[in-house]
Amino acid sequence: MIPASFDYVKASTVDEAVAALVKGGEDAKVLGGGQSLLPVLRLRLNAPSVLIDVSEVGEMRALTDDGDALLIGASVTTYEVMHSELVKEHAGLLSLTAGAVADPAIRHKGTFGGSVAHADPAGDLPTVAAALDCEMVIAGPNGRRTVAAKDFFVDYFTTALAADEVLVAVRVPKLGAGWSYNYQKFNRTAQAWAIVGVAAAVKSENGTITEARVALTNMGATPIRATGVEAALAGASSSDAIAAAASKAADGTSPTSDLHADSEYRKHLAAVLTRRAVEAASGI
Amino acid sequence: MTHISATVDGVHRQGEVEPRTLLVHWLRESLGQVGTTVGCDTSNCGACTVLVDGRSVKSCSVLAVQIDGKSVTTIQGLAEGEDWHPVQRAFKECHGLQCGYCTPGMVMASVDLLSENPNPTEAEIREGLEGNLCRCTGYHNIVKAVQTAAAEMGATT
Ligand SMILES: Cc1cc2nc3c(=O)[nH]c(=O)nc-3n(C[C@H](O)[C@H](O)[C@H](O)COP(=O)(O)OP(=O)(O)OC[C@H]3O[C@@H](n4cnc5c(N)ncnc54)[C@H](O)[C@@H]3O)c2cc1C
Ligand code: FES
Ligand code: FES
Repeated sequence: MIPASFDYVKASTVDEAVAALVKGGEDAKVLGGGQSLLPVLRLRLNAPSVLIDVSEVGEMRALTDDGDALLIGASVTTYEVMHSELVKEHAGLLSLTAGAVADPAIRHKGTFGGSVAHADPAGDLPTVAAALDCEMVIAGPNGRRTVAAKDFFVDYFTTALAADEVLVAVRVPKLGAGWSYNYQKFNRTAQAWAIVGVAAAVKSENGTITEARVALTNMGATPIRATGVEAALAGASSSDAIAAAASKAADGTSPTSDLHADSEYRKHLAAVLTRRAVEAASGI
Repeated sequence: MTHISATVDGVHRQGEVEPRTLLVHWLRESLGQVGTTVGCDTSNCGACTVLVDGRSVKSCSVLAVQIDGKSVTTIQGLAEGEDWHPVQRAFKECHGLQCGYCTPGMVMASVDLLSENPNPTEAEIREGLEGNLCRCTGYHNIVKAVQTAAAEMGATT
């Protein structure tokens, strides 16, 4: 199918993109890699009047070392995130999870920023953004602001981004020494979205977990930090202790039921995948 | 209308397109390059896979305006004259197709895979082609074709 007509603006700077968004009003949309937006437009589920292409804005294509964090431009592709040496070294959870997104052709076009801005509850990268306490650098007509992941994801497909704002980059705090990580994604066919996913990063000393971050994919409207599990993992040094902590993964969540899984099954999966992710990350 | 120019299968092409024109429609309907097929409306099947600047993309999920200034390779640009690309030959020799509908995309995804990983394991081949669906073969001979092409390309380069 063919999308409804729209105008196309190719932005070369962030300022140009913001100006075009302001001019375009409510019906303007940012185009990143288009791997979520174009399918939506082809099904005519949305019909923006103008698309503002940010995929080649220089600042948004940069991936740089920013001291205690990496600054990853929103238009850096999922493929580039997956293969970046900087990301592998300082945010290995992100490169590992990028490899679990969709398939190679979609990873070549789809962008980190697009995935985060799209905020699909089944998306894998928003979960990592939540687990690593990333910060979103946002530009709008009134200048720039930074929003923490916990405040950025608001609801199903809804973020703190206003209609006239562009996600410029994501600040990804580096995981220091002693941290290890894993992502578990449960789906039934290759290339499919997660029925449930779990991102875990743990810090261990002499076989004992001292600190943990656990975030869940598709267990609610937004990525969810399993804070109960995180607290219970501190001091864990056996697989029994990990299993006990992981059993709290679905506490306080109310995942949807759909044709892939009902809510109860998702809760079961969250506990199982959390145990697997923490075991794989910690080596315990 | 927006003016675009791009190299398609080694030939410089240009034209006026509506921004909503999908790359695959520009290839098929404006340029007559009908080797690239459309199999789905959901970006899932990969039949439409082409290379843009050497990397695989699903041409039904890219706008023609987005390839302005870039280089596109379709299944029709792989052969050098009468000489088929080793991946094309291997698909024929290993019977890596039945109806052939998925084949243009399958071959392009395989070319992309081998350019990055010249000697993939069976698991890496299956993983690398996860974005391409085949309703006929059961994939077995497709995997064999990619292995055969890898061996031949390794031997010749
Ligand atoms: C078959 C298929 C399978 C997939 N499987 C998975 C999967 O398993 N896991 C997964 O996580 N994802 C999956 N995806 C989605 C894919 O990862 C998308 O690339 C991603 O969700 C969106 O990134 P994009 O750059 O293509 O964004 P686009 O499609 O360009 O944009 C998506 C949305 O974000 C907005 N947007 C984009 N960039 C910005 C920006 N810089 N500032 C503000 N707003 C912006 C757009 O306006 C739009 O609303 C799949 C997609 C397909 C088609
Ligand atoms: S036609 Fe492009 S993915 Fe199916
Ligand atoms: S050969 Fe028929 S779909 Fe693959």
